[in-house]
Amino acid sequence: MLATIARRPHLSRPSFSFTHPLHCINQSIPPLPFSPQILNHLRCTLAARMEAIGVLMMCPMNNYLEEELNKRFNLFRYWKQPRPSEFLTQHAQSIRAVVGNATAGADAKLIEALPKLEIVSSFSVGLDKIDLTKCKEKGIRVTNTPDVLTDDVADLAIGLMLAVLRRICECDKYVRRGEWKFGDFKLTSKFSGKRVGIIGLGRIGLAVAKRAEAFDCPISYYSRSQKNTNYKYYGSVVELASNCDILVVACALTPETTHIVNREVMDALGPSGVLINIGRGPHVDEPELVSALVEGRLGGAGLDVFEKEPEVPEQLFGLENVVLLPHVGSGTVETRKDMADLVLRNLEAHFANKPLLTPVV
Amino acid sequence: MAGAANQHQTPESPPLLLLHRFPSFNLYFLPFLQTKYTVLDPFADPPDPSFPTLSKSARVMLCFGPTPVTSEDLDRYPSVEYVLGTSAGINNFDLAACRRRGIRVTSAGDAYSDDVADYAVGLTIDVLRRVSAADRFVRAGSWPVQNEYTLGSKVSGKRVGIVGLGSIGSRVAKRFEAFGCSIAYNSRKQKPHVTYTYHANVKDLASDVDVLIVCCALTNETHRIINKDVMTALGKMGVIVNVGRGALIDEKELVELLVRGEIGGAGLDVFENEPHVPEPLLTLDNVVLSPHKAVLTPDSFAALEELVRSNLEAFFSNQPLRAEVELN
Repeated sequence: MLATIARRPHLSRPSFSFTHPLHCINQSIPPLPFSPQILNHLRCTLAARMEAIGVLMMCPMNNYLEEELNKRFNLFRYWKQPRPSEFLTQHAQSIRAVVGNATAGADAKLIEALPKLEIVSSFSVGLDKIDLTKCKEKGIRVTNTPDVLTDDVADLAIGLMLAVLRRICECDKYVRRGEWKFGDFKLTSKFSGKRVGIIGLGRIGLAVAKRAEAFDCPISYYSRSQKNTNYKYYGSVVELASNCDILVVACALTPETTHIVNREVMDALGPSGVLINIGRGPHVDEPELVSALVEGRLGGAGLDVFEKEPEVPEQLFGLENVVLLPHVGSGTVETRKDMADLVLRNLEAHFANKPLLTPVV
Repeated sequence: MAGAANQHQTPESPPLLLLHRFPSFNLYFLPFLQTKYTVLDPFADPPDPSFPTLSKSARVMLCFGPTPVTSEDLDRYPSVEYVLGTSAGINNFDLAACRRRGIRVTSAGDAYSDDVADYAVGLTIDVLRRVSAADRFVRAGSWPVQNEYTLGSKVSGKRVGIVGLGSIGSRVAKRFEAFGCSIAYNSRKQKPHVTYTYHANVKDLASDVDVLIVCCALTNETHRIINKDVMTALGKMGVIVNVGRGALIDEKELVELLVRGEIGGAGLDVFENEPHVPEPLLTLDNVVLSPHKAVLTPDSFAALEELVRSNLEAFFSNQPLRAEVELN
């Protein structure tokens, strides 16, 4: 593409940079010193080239993202294919990018089926649905959406803590059922000052800590390695759980952290302890969690994620001491737009040979 | 000596303590009081035969719950010199009548402030992020059917306006600051040494913020301080959270604005006519409703108990009282 531009005689202007071919398209950078006609030609050429690029979207995740991908690329919607393997065989040669999320990404099988795949851009910060090893092997780039969703997830973690301890959802149900009797004095648990233990002190873990501190909550954490902070470090999750009132899962999901919250951890957290999961469902041994809650061995839980979303164990539905959310950690209008823009900008950067904004691989 | 009063109150008998309450409001820490005081309970079961006589000699009245203390009540108990409130709010007391009779009044002070501030933040996050509504969605089995839940609104970075920057309001501010929220407030007077933006009236405050937290005292001046103008100024995306008193908001107007979608949402722990909650609110997903529970934790009650114990001792030994309400 760049070579084609250079060969055109009417573009023979000495020494302009080849490193920013999308200069003129990017609104925030002043255009190269070309005439409007030439700029428009460049714009259309590049846009036309982008439109020919096949991008495979794995599942519905965001209308705005879908529309924008459709405008800019040749968009394939995986979830609409009645016969997925046939579809892949048919279109394998044109698909150069995959857009996935927390539900569906790019496993080894998909990667093998797409020989022209150059980049996987995830509409999530979690990478557990992407075979990173395979991507590295094949030189496939991977991007995710860190930072833009950190605040939302941390906000929700605190919201879950308050909702569980103060029984906010229960109170709301009680009022809606018309059951409010004057003088009803069922007590709930104070949140301020409770000891908060965080598994994984990354971006999200730190953001949770910062917020909980404003409620005078002492903060402790478990991480693969000790961090340079004043928060108290514990070398094992069981130790952390034994020394906190609220345990928050905020680490990445890997084979090592699968079921990092197991029965032993839940027993250590105990009948007045509360588990908050804003990570991934498989972080927690879900059947063990259900029995611990049903049997009263665990005090309560605020869960945004589950092992087999959108399935949620029905035994939890009747419990007052749990709050159940449909994976809405980053579910705000503002953040989903920011995430979508980040996916789009990463893809555009890749196909323009510009540095990726948030590369993982 | 402990337990029910006897007809013959001697100087050695424990001091009289008159209880003032609605029948449904049971004083959970009554047992402790009964060991140190002769508690006169108008709703004792079986009824206390000495109540009518002894209540006329009681110097202290302990008012539990939102029971009004009126001029007539004070006439009925002419020896009362001190009314102990057990709420942070004392809008249910006829303070003018207390002042006229030289009666001292204390409230719960800041025994509940942490819990109420926590609750205000919890309600705000719930409304903006639709926590209760999403929990209902999951429990109804709708997630597998509908796949995606409605997006909420980001909490971090929102502009928070606090009506009443007192014991509760200042704690609310501190919490929201950790979410990267900017804080503005309205109070009777601007607070020195406070860096938050001050607005001299609530309407100006409302036009400048995304979330309005109502946590001021209910007085004649603040009755319906949140009126239609204020709520309109807050706007279509604005959220109101009330942990003060129901009568701080024009409830009828609030309901209409919510139903018409002219205000973004509301988190309400208090209502004008508890326990009645306006019916139209019961089916809205952008409101969170709570049965006046912002204070209900064992910690708050322990703090209240400690305050009541110490104030009673202080009163009977002529020591200064804590959380005394300035009546002049």
